[in-house]
Amino acid sequence: MSTAVITIGAGRPRAVPRPGVWAAALFLTVVTVAAIAPGVVAPGTPDAADALAALRGPSPAHLLGTDANGRDVFTRIVFGAAPSLLAGLGATALAVAAGTALGLLAALGGRVLDEVVMRLVEVLLALPTLLLALLVITVAGPGTLNVIFAIALYTAPSYARLVRAQTMVIRHAGYVEAATSLGLTRRRIILRHVLPNAFAPLLVLATIEVGTALVAAASLSYLGLGPQPPAPEWGAMLSAGRDYFSVAWWIAIFPGVAITLTVLSITVVGRHLRRLAEGGTS
Amino acid sequence: MTRRVLTRLGTSLLVLWGAVTVSFTALHLTPGNVADVLIGSSIVTPEVRAQIIADYGLDRPLPVQYATYLGRVLRGDLGQSYQLHESVASAIGAQLGASVQLTASALVFAVVVSTTLAVLTARRARWIRGLSSGLELVGVSIPTFWTAILLLTVFSFQLGWFPAAGGDGFSGLFLPMIAVAIPITTMLTQMMRENLELILDEPFVLTARSRGMSDLGVRLKHALRHALVPAITLLGWVVGLLLGGMVAVEQIFSRQGIGQLTLAAVTGKDLPVVMGVVLITAVLYVVVNILIDLLYLVVDPRLRGAA
Repeated sequence: MSTAVITIGAGRPRAVPRPGVWAAALFLTVVTVAAIAPGVVAPGTPDAADALAALRGPSPAHLLGTDANGRDVFTRIVFGAAPSLLAGLGATALAVAAGTALGLLAALGGRVLDEVVMRLVEVLLALPTLLLALLVITVAGPGTLNVIFAIALYTAPSYARLVRAQTMVIRHAGYVEAATSLGLTRRRIILRHVLPNAFAPLLVLATIEVGTALVAAASLSYLGLGPQPPAPEWGAMLSAGRDYFSVAWWIAIFPGVAITLTVLSITVVGRHLRRLAEGGTS
Repeated sequence: MTRRVLTRLGTSLLVLWGAVTVSFTALHLTPGNVADVLIGSSIVTPEVRAQIIADYGLDRPLPVQYATYLGRVLRGDLGQSYQLHESVASAIGAQLGASVQLTASALVFAVVVSTTLAVLTARRARWIRGLSSGLELVGVSIPTFWTAILLLTVFSFQLGWFPAAGGDGFSGLFLPMIAVAIPITTMLTQMMRENLELILDEPFVLTARSRGMSDLGVRLKHALRHALVPAITLLGWVVGLLLGGMVAVEQIFSRQGIGQLTLAAVTGKDLPVVMGVVLITAVLYVVVNILIDLLYLVVDPRLRGAA
């Protein structure tokens, strides 16, 4: 992430990160560590049930309390970081890949292809996002992979639009004309000159959109369409905690806090990246 | 202007045709025999099965099936839900009112609150803007289903101010409306304030001030109209977001509506209903966008001359 910051901001007045940006970056680091090596952050395993300690409130023994099966909520949130982040990142990565391919196709594939691709993009953007995802899940069934695919399907069009617009601008840039006159192949020009230059704004949009994708994935798991229990996933945990809300608020509150803080941090960092990309103003 | 209207109509038709095609594709991508997919998990007699095959032309080549399906949809026939034992159109029709009520009230709430907040906070003291943008950041990050649960717990279960489930009239509508409206309200506020701040730098604002107009008067009479135009553009997209947020919110507040219907259909693999909902929401989208085009004319008088 830090390398991206340096390349984008190089040679321009740098936006000084505010304290909030540092806090957000720090939080994201912790979440990432939790996703990669949950054992380092939390004690025990997410499925260790202790029936005698069920529905206990936050205490030194169980930092964020226990759920109806006596499982430690903190441990489950930490172990839930991986599937929750994976859904957001996976959906965004897939959408960026598909969107980039479509955008390049539209911008460089000639007029007819451009019309066809852009109309398709317009239609997909017009259909309500979550409903499109629900249609995919009805067809493909619930599960993490299908959730990722469903979210990617409706987020890809906005990337396609961005890449197309960027490419349209870049293809007339001086350095592309220079490369063309030097006799480089079309493929080489696209891969070495057009794509890297279209990538900075794409990266900024994608960073912010990871948060949106994460919320969408959590919503789908909340509705019981994502990873199935007993898998520790934030949306699914929230859903399970709902029934005990009046007696044990912590089961549903803390996974919600985890989702909100993660998305908030992603948004803060993403906006900082955008400020850098725009040249340090605003 | 004629060109503009024609383009708009063309795009609308394209969106509707796209929705039909997406539904048709979904139906044929679903693993299993198409007739079985349409029937879902319910049990039907061989006669009904034969009827389905005839209705959808399932024994004919794919292009013919597509044409048949397109023709049915054009006649307003969204098919039959074999699980609900009624036509998809009547199933959706029975739920549409409640959802439109929720969506429309959330939209009105969002527009009114965001306009007020933007007018009050644009170009104000640092801390006011800081507070406002902090809240906006939280508002766009917080998942709607979680806000809904929080609202339900605090205001229905703990304080008992609102009914916990269902509830008629305004008291039953209020909390779901807030839950659905929060993300779009914050998004709109942010955008409107940025617009307002740009516009308050314009020369015509200075002119108005030099004529002795009050600050609030300048904001309301001169700056607001300009700030509304880009916000209106956002509305079309916002409606899609509202329809999505509705699914979890209706479930949490045990409200009737399209969201509940869709959720039940997705879990029960009732594909005709899901397809029907996709089509109906596409129609709603198109209608809303036509209304938005008309709204431009109301807000921006310069466009009226071109008409």
